[in-house]
Amino acid sequence: MKVGIVGSGNIGMDLMYKLQRRPGLELVGVAGRSAGSSGLALARSHGYTVTDEGLERLLDLEPGIELVFDATSAQGHYANFAVLQARGIQCVNMTPARTGPKVVPSVNMMEHLDAPAINLITCGAQAVTPMVAAISRVAHTPYAEIVATIASKSAGPGTRQNIDEYTIATADGLVEVGGADKGKAIIILNPADPPIMMRNTVHARVDGGTQREFIESIEAMTAAVAHYVPGYRLKVPPLFRDDLVTVFIEVEGAGDYLPTYAGNLDIMTSAGVRVAELIEERGTAAA
Amino acid sequence: MNAQTTPSVRLNDSTLRDGSHAIRHQFTPDDVRRIAARLDRAGVYAVSVGHGDGLGASSIHYGLAAHTDEELQSAAMEVLQRAILCAVLVPGTGTKDHLRAAFDRGARLLRVATHCTEADIGIQHIGLGRELGMEVHSDLMMAHQIPPAELARQARIMADAGANGVYIMDTAGALTIEDAVARVDAFREALPADVEVGIHAHNNLSLAVAISVEAVRAGATLVDACLAGMGAGAGNCQTEALVATLERMGFPTGTDLWALQDAADDAVRPVMTQPPVIDRSTLTLGFAGVPSSFLLHARKASEQFGVDEREILVELGRRKAVGGQEDMIIQIAAELASERMGVSQPT
Repeated sequence: MKVGIVGSGNIGMDLMYKLQRRPGLELVGVAGRSAGSSGLALARSHGYTVTDEGLERLLDLEPGIELVFDATSAQGHYANFAVLQARGIQCVNMTPARTGPKVVPSVNMMEHLDAPAINLITCGAQAVTPMVAAISRVAHTPYAEIVATIASKSAGPGTRQNIDEYTIATADGLVEVGGADKGKAIIILNPADPPIMMRNTVHARVDGGTQREFIESIEAMTAAVAHYVPGYRLKVPPLFRDDLVTVFIEVEGAGDYLPTYAGNLDIMTSAGVRVAELIEERGTAAA
Repeated sequence: MNAQTTPSVRLNDSTLRDGSHAIRHQFTPDDVRRIAARLDRAGVYAVSVGHGDGLGASSIHYGLAAHTDEELQSAAMEVLQRAILCAVLVPGTGTKDHLRAAFDRGARLLRVATHCTEADIGIQHIGLGRELGMEVHSDLMMAHQIPPAELARQARIMADAGANGVYIMDTAGALTIEDAVARVDAFREALPADVEVGIHAHNNLSLAVAISVEAVRAGATLVDACLAGMGAGAGNCQTEALVATLERMGFPTGTDLWALQDAADDAVRPVMTQPPVIDRSTLTLGFAGVPSSFLLHARKASEQFGVDEREILVELGRRKAVGGQEDMIIQIAAELASERMGVSQPT
């Protein structure tokens, strides 16, 4: 399946490196908006079709593209999405804009293979929602609460200017995708140097379930996420106290284009690539 | 000359906000009415009320409050006549929706608190507060972690966003007197003249009143304090001791010292479960530079996992934990326990 990237910043470039390792996904081009972009120069050096005249130009140059990763900004996304919809091209939305169903690949992607846009929620949601889903498939989960701690250096202007939207979207994802009745999200930025890895804590209140059931479900889900995010792991074994299950997750980045501490960005690009892979596999199976 | 009647320092009493850390956020609306009414009569400028970690912070992570911010702040509004109600918001935890709700119930002073290097995540909240017509003071928490000039650059971001004042928040009680004065000097140099400087001190190194007084001598005009010193860690700057010292030094506060003493002894001490003390744990907070609010979380984890509180605190300091990383306390305790015993499950 031919795919393209719009946006030549950190996220776009990390996607480019990841796509090079996915045989089913053929990256053909990268679109940007700035002639001086170092990302576009890098993409050109890898032999991809490159344009600084935006998405439409790329789609004209490479007519076979079936799916585009939008790695621009919330503002840029709406215009890009309109172009893609008009041409019937699927969009994996890496921006904070809220188009399309909320998706976490290890949890609910199979329900949304045909969606015009896939919304990856937030990096925090990609890290913690699988754990909430792993808990809620064992026992009714009236409440889930998460704390996502990321390195200050890895929090871009989008996250900083929209921190409320980040916490609210992440909390909503715990309910809509994770399966909890109620969700709460807290985000912490830590400026330590050298930068810390992304750390996440998940607290869930549960009605029933045994420790063995929770541990098996959590370990299976951890493996499912680690399949597409190799640096995703349990920091210590799950803790149990009264009706509370607590899980600690650490996410180390793959270091493709972004530094390894930026596990929060890596989990987003990895999830984006995984989404495209699942769409492509379904297409191959149907053909 | 009316220097005797015009306060040169405005007191924001934080007993009903920072003090709530000392009782695991169990204040009741009755406590709030009783204490806030006395603070109001005693003449403090503002009364901070709500969960110790700010609006919307009641959680498993920070501690579940016995009563909502709405219940506590509405109780305060019933009794406040002169003092203004102050609400605290920590971006990443509280949101603009929480802020609007606090405004609707009567809060007219907003505190927007970020870690000392992350001022820009509070820009939108400072802006909304000003738009609503609130007075906005910002806080740079864990202010000991970065040098004065860097801290002042962050303060400037808050001032440019519209903050009327910026506080040096010594969350860990780790500043020395010299450290605090250098930060006030840097703020005065970096901030426009109409943006005030504030000081928020904890007593972990037994310096809270001294730091606050010296900050005022250096030009700070906003001071946080708590009756009977009730607060996180070894407690906060003690309101009545601060007022007595400032008055003796010729800095009027506009408050009635005896009324504050009576409020501390008759209304606050009865609700305290333990007096604030400088002991091996709270002193270690200041020495290691760990947020004071971590104290009771570390105590609980120490009991749960059977490891020394100080070991947990020193490790938190080593990893440069910031406010809000309470989850790291449990994780470190679990790690220390598993290193020792080869198991990480609580006993």
